[in-house]
Amino acid sequence: MNALISTALSGVVLMFVGLFARKQHIKFFAIAAIIIAFIANLAQYPSVELGGYTMYGMIEVTKFSIIFNAVAIGSTLLYFLLSGSEFEKVGEHVGDYFALVFFILAGISLAATFSNLLMLFLAIEIMSIPQYILAGSDKKNLKSNEAALKYFLMGCFSTGVLLMGITLIYGSAGTFEIASLGLGAENVSPLALCGTILIAFALAFKVSAVPFHFWTPDVYDGSPTVFTSFMATVVKAGGFIAFVRLFHIGFAGGEISSHWMLLLAVITALTLVLGNFTAVFQQSVKRMLAYSSIAQAGFMMFAVIAMNLAAAQGIVLYAAAYSIATIGIFAVLLRLKDYTFEGFNGLAKKEPVLAFAVTVFLFSLAGIPVTAGFFAKYFVLAAAIQQGHLLWLVILAVLCAAISVYYYFRVIIAMYFKQGEPQVEPVSGGFKAGLIFTVILVLALGLFPNLLLCWL
Amino acid sequence: MPVQYYIFLSIALFCIGVMGVLMRRNAIIIFMCIELMLNAVNLLLVAFSKMWADAGKVDAGSAQLFVFFIMVVAAAEVAVGLAIITMVYRNTHSVDINILNRLKN
Repeated sequence: MNALISTALSGVVLMFVGLFARKQHIKFFAIAAIIIAFIANLAQYPSVELGGYTMYGMIEVTKFSIIFNAVAIGSTLLYFLLSGSEFEKVGEHVGDYFALVFFILAGISLAATFSNLLMLFLAIEIMSIPQYILAGSDKKNLKSNEAALKYFLMGCFSTGVLLMGITLIYGSAGTFEIASLGLGAENVSPLALCGTILIAFALAFKVSAVPFHFWTPDVYDGSPTVFTSFMATVVKAGGFIAFVRLFHIGFAGGEISSHWMLLLAVITALTLVLGNFTAVFQQSVKRMLAYSSIAQAGFMMFAVIAMNLAAAQGIVLYAAAYSIATIGIFAVLLRLKDYTFEGFNGLAKKEPVLAFAVTVFLFSLAGIPVTAGFFAKYFVLAAAIQQGHLLWLVILAVLCAAISVYYYFRVIIAMYFKQGEPQVEPVSGGFKAGLIFTVILVLALGLFPNLLLCWL
Repeated sequence: MPVQYYIFLSIALFCIGVMGVLMRRNAIIIFMCIELMLNAVNLLLVAFSKMWADAGKVDAGSAQLFVFFIMVVAAAEVAVGLAIITMVYRNTHSVDINILNRLKN
């Protein structure tokens, strides 16, 4: 609740700061605001430690939602620290960009706390609409225009589908409160089944799961890189938290869960296979990361399918591991002129710290032990095994993780074993310190995942 | 009138909207079709609200409340969407969604 209020207010404040402050100073206001939001969010933790509370049947604050918000806001803080100065290069309205990021965060904190389908709808929309603007913020660039238009049209379309799903669910259940939908109690009515499938499709679209992923590569590639970094990480995790909450609380139990579980298992398998195989053939690292985000979404889908404690732990850890590592890679990518694999050639000689950090982040994304990504993958897959019936999917996921090593390691090979003269912008000592801190965070979560999970 | 009529009407409107989004090439018309989808949902929500009110549910009005939220969000989407379409038109002098694919290459 505190997270929602503080992020929404910070967004409004930053719009005004954008009017009065100098372009270069807005970043510091944003960082201050996000630190306040982070603290305000955690300050609420003691009051819900023993049990959550509900507000007017709309919002339900629990330990889980507060920890997830902490992960989302913390990742955004890291993102501001590492890439905040890049905002100025996109365009004139720096304050607005920061404000939009805060509004997205408000949507995410709503997605982590909703207990009513109305709030789900609002959360998804508050997350999406600022993203359309961010995608098109490079106004003169045709690729950015295309990204915005495509994302906007497809996003609105999926919103329509989501609303139809919610309406059909309402028609069969008579309530919007997710805890009392009671769809799985006796026979599943056709209305409820259609509604569940439509909602699953719409949410799969928002988290870019195959076959609803077609917009992702173009949008992520066309948007200004600094915003891609945010859209592909924190926002995607926010979409998943909505997915997990709705399906674990609203559509759990009996008959109905067996229906959607099969559907989502197929979507997961397709996402894993297609995401990983297409990523292998990319020439641009930015586009490779777009496909890798689809592939990683496949792993996060496991947390939706498996309904147990390990899944809830897995999604939080995965959100943290994936967001932190990808934000780090994008921060380095932003400093390079050439986004192809060749652009990384010889980076280790020129900027050893950057190359080392990117290596650790890629290890984490690939799920190599000692890094955070390993335990994140371990938890979601363990959750699926505990759930039963999903062994084939787990085996497929492990095979796909092996494929992913290939395209992640291509970057590492380019940095360390190829000769070249990479064009890197000069980086400050503060940026390097931030990268090292991020590396430490990735390793700490990889060695002691309980640092995060003990709070759940 | 039985609620089935409303369900069929709404589903028909919704499907017209979906087909329009999938088949038309003009960004404005696609946008109009999306609005049609949202309004189909609004109609259905109100019909369901009446249905549950007749069935004796106390909080059946919440569905009508939902309709207002959909309208507000749709207005926000219009504000952003038309701005995006205008921006594209300024750069390409067209609102055809295929033109961007052609220009990019």
